[in-house]
Formats: sequence, C-alpha cells, structure tokens
Amino acid sequence: MKDKVKVMIVDDSLIIREAIHKHLKNFNIEVVGQAEDGKVALEIFRQTDPDVVTLDITMPELDGLTVLEEMLKIKKDVKVMVITALSDKATGLKAIKLGAKSFLPKPFTPEKLRSSFERLIAQN
Amino acid sequence: MNETDLHFFIDSTLNYFDEVTNSKAATGIPYIKDEAPVVLEYTGIIGISGKRKGSVYITTTEEMLKEIAHIILGAKEVKREDIKDLVGEVANTISGNVRQAYGSDFMISVPVVVEGKAKDIKLPDNIQSFVIPINWHDHKSFLVVCLE
Repeated sequence: MKDKVKVMIVDDSLIIREAIHKHLKNFNIEVVGQAEDGKVALEIFRQTDPDVVTLDITMPELDGLTVLEEMLKIKKDVKVMVITALSDKATGLKAIKLGAKSFLPKPFTPEKLRSSFERLIAQN
Repeated sequence: MNETDLHFFIDSTLNYFDEVTNSKAATGIPYIKDEAPVVLEYTGIIGISGKRKGSVYITTTEEMLKEIAHIILGAKEVKREDIKDLVGEVANTISGNVRQAYGSDFMISVPVVVEGKAKDIKLPDNIQSFVIPINWHDHKSFLVVCLE
C-alpha cells in the first residue's frame, strides 16, 4: 500500500477547515496540521513537512499568496491548492504563476473539492 | 452605488446559497438603509478598500446558520464556534466573489463577527447603504452594502 499523502489545511475559517477535512477523508491521506493564519501556517509547515497544502488567501497575519511563496522556498515540490473566495481570474492566474498547482474558488461543493484534490495528487 | 453594483452582490449571494446548500435563495427588493437598525443574531462584517471603499455585512439568525452548517458538515450537532465562524465565512465569500465583476483591486478584509443583537452596525456616515433582504427556506437575513 502506498504511503499516506500528508496534507495540511490552512484557512482562517474553522468550518471550512472542518469541511475540507471531512470531504477528503476517503482519500489515503493524513492531515498533519491545520492553521488559521499565515504565520502559524509557516511554523506548522516547517514542523510537519506536508506533501499537499490547501491554502486560503485572505487571512490574518500573512496572506495566502505570501505564504505560498514562502512554502515553495522551503519545499519546492509541495503541491499547493489555493481555495479562496477571491474568485477573479487575475487572482487565480497570480496563484498559479507563483507556483500553486490548483485553484478552487469558494464556495465549493464537496464534489468539486474532491475532483480538484484527485487531479492534484495525480500530478507528477 | 448604482443598480449594477446591487446586481453584483445579489448574484454573488444567490450563487452562495445555490452552491453551498443546493437550494435556491430569493432576494427581496433592495432599499436604502435609514436610521432603523438592521441587525439579527449573528453578523459578519467585511471592510472594503482599494478601488472601492466601504463595508459589507450579512446579518442573520442562529437557526439559518445552524441549517447551513448542518449541510456543510453533514453533522447532526453543530458547535457554537461553527455557527459564529460561518457568518464571517458567508460575508467573506459573498464579498470576495464580487471581485469577478470589480477586479482584483477590490480588496476585502478578514471578517469581523458580531454575536448577539447589537444596537446597530456602524457604517461610514457619508456613504449611502443599501439593504438586500434574503429569504432562504423559512429564514430571513439581510445583506447590507455600503460602498463609495
């Protein structure tokens, strides 16, 4: 059996973190950390070395795009899925240009989350 | 603010309920907010800066938030923290989604949540505010938009 994919969930909303956790639980994953702001996210990222991060943009302390850049400096092959209410095309393109592997606008359905996640973990 | 601005917020609100609850909400006729308070049990407030300045808030009931939280989490019991958090997330999502219309220099703050029936929510005095009534299932809530 393949090793579990180590996932970290970053969002300032408790209910969104809980929903992401719940909807991804049928994948072969281990949620190694959760964070509600950008600063704490980077601390937990360094401690837990996740393979995949779901990352909000609008957060206290440090915004998600800055966090994304920092995470990629620490671990260049981490797969980051940006999940944000900032659903405009320019924000999506910026996230991808900075190195995110996936962009999912809020609000999302469980099906959209699961299919985006499936595509993300299938990427080389 | 004009009619087009109001439509952006109405569309964003209707889309939220459609996507998250898989059932349609309806909006009533928007009206200009006067001195009468528009505050229900939980309120999520977003500050707007950049190209447009002002505030947006959604105010709603515990019962409505509980029902939405049940749908999101699929759980029988919903924690009080989830309900409080959810109103901020709804405000954040509705406000963030209107960037599709306004562009990325429409900047939104993190949400501030007010729990309990406050006297009123303080909005900039010099900007007209509009109230958009929202009906979803048997629940009533209001989106208040105050934009330069």
